[in-house]
Amino acid sequence: MLDHHAWQAIWLTLELATLTTLLLLLLATPLAWWLSQTRSRWRAPISAIVTLPLVLPPSVLGFYLLVLMGPQGPLGQLTLALGWGTLSFTFTGLLIGSIAFSLPFAVQPIQHAFESIGERPLEAAATLRASPLDAFFSIALPLARPGLLTAAILSFAHTVGEFGVVLMIGGNIPGKTRVVSTQIYGHVEAMEYVQAHWLAGGMLAFSFVVLLCLSLLKRNGASVMR
Amino acid sequence: MKPVALLMCAGLFLSGSLQAAELSVAVAANFTAPMQKIAKAFEKETGHTLALSFGSTGKFYAQIKNGAPFEVLFAADDETPARLEREGHGVGGTRFTYAVGKLVLWSKQPGLVDDKGDVLRRGSFERIALADPKLAPYGAAAMDTLNKLGLTETLRSKFVQGENIGQTYQFVATQNAPLGFVALSQVFADGRVTEGSAWMVPETLHDPIRQDALILAKGKDNPAAPELMRYLKGESAKNIIRAYGYGL
Repeated sequence: MLDHHAWQAIWLTLELATLTTLLLLLLATPLAWWLSQTRSRWRAPISAIVTLPLVLPPSVLGFYLLVLMGPQGPLGQLTLALGWGTLSFTFTGLLIGSIAFSLPFAVQPIQHAFESIGERPLEAAATLRASPLDAFFSIALPLARPGLLTAAILSFAHTVGEFGVVLMIGGNIPGKTRVVSTQIYGHVEAMEYVQAHWLAGGMLAFSFVVLLCLSLLKRNGASVMR
Repeated sequence: MKPVALLMCAGLFLSGSLQAAELSVAVAANFTAPMQKIAKAFEKETGHTLALSFGSTGKFYAQIKNGAPFEVLFAADDETPARLEREGHGVGGTRFTYAVGKLVLWSKQPGLVDDKGDVLRRGSFERIALADPKLAPYGAAAMDTLNKLGLTETLRSKFVQGENIGQTYQFVATQNAPLGFVALSQVFADGRVTEGSAWMVPETLHDPIRQDALILAKGKDNPAAPELMRYLKGESAKNIIRAYGYGL
């Protein structure tokens, strides 16, 4: 059955996924908007950087984060100079890793939603003398709602299922950096298959429900878009 | 006619056993470097070929239980091979200790770790890395050591744990942890610690880190399996193993 450590890991995972999702929505929405509107020559390289976590193995990402956050790394030197210490093995470090890791899962659905609005509604708004900011908040954002929802669900689910990065930069500290996926891994490695099954089964059911929600949402979203 | 057929059978059998075989070997990740070197020498000497897979012992256990085609296991501990043998996945009586791991407290910074380990008592560092004692024998040995020194509780809040000794090494090598307990074989070459500062943990402070090998049920009839085991017990293999910082 689920013991104290398991609940601790579940709680921490939910906390991490919620915070990651909120921060990602704040970060990804303007980024996706810019990507959907701009004709800048920076569009392609930035789009590629945003997509990178999708194709990189988590071990590569985790290792580079470790190097980046270490006392010799640029991020580590910055946080040390600010008196925050290094970020590896802390919840904040995990949060940064999760944001990097789940970034494409937030940006891409939002970007697609913005792109599928097309130019017309925004042009109409402009002829009615709506400022670009006004047009963004009263037209683009509401129309992109299904995309935002998809982004939120995917970011949350993906952070819950994240394994490689948290394993690499977490340090496996109970209550601070040990999340469900690394806990399951530990159980499997230690041959504690009963505990592993409880947690893994829960994860499986959770993932199924998320994907089910997503596909129901897509159907409704499609009818909204039309 | 009959003796001829018998002779032919015997001939077939003989040529079969003399023929070069391919052997599938699962090797604990910490033994990667010496095993690659040993495999080359073994292949050259016997004509057999080895298909080496490197990974964690816990994962190999799960895979072997579920029908993985490994024929020999070189584990990172002595418990897993014993357990596999008990559970009928190994060939009885083939288990032996091929290497004994040595624990070292290591820092990439020169001068941080003194050669008596007093740095642990001073505790003037922010984090100390060790392998998860539940998963890795080196982690268990590190825990033994801290327990014997009576420092576990004082240092516990500074622990960061790698899930294996490779990851623990990474924490220290990238200096995210200023020091940590790693395997001597990771920081050792040409008879000395190559970088930073280190304390060789005396073997009186922890249970020996025995790494055992076992012929698995799938390798029962492969002639290369007992030959490899014999080779590992020979002097040339032992010299390679020692050169990588393991005891025997």
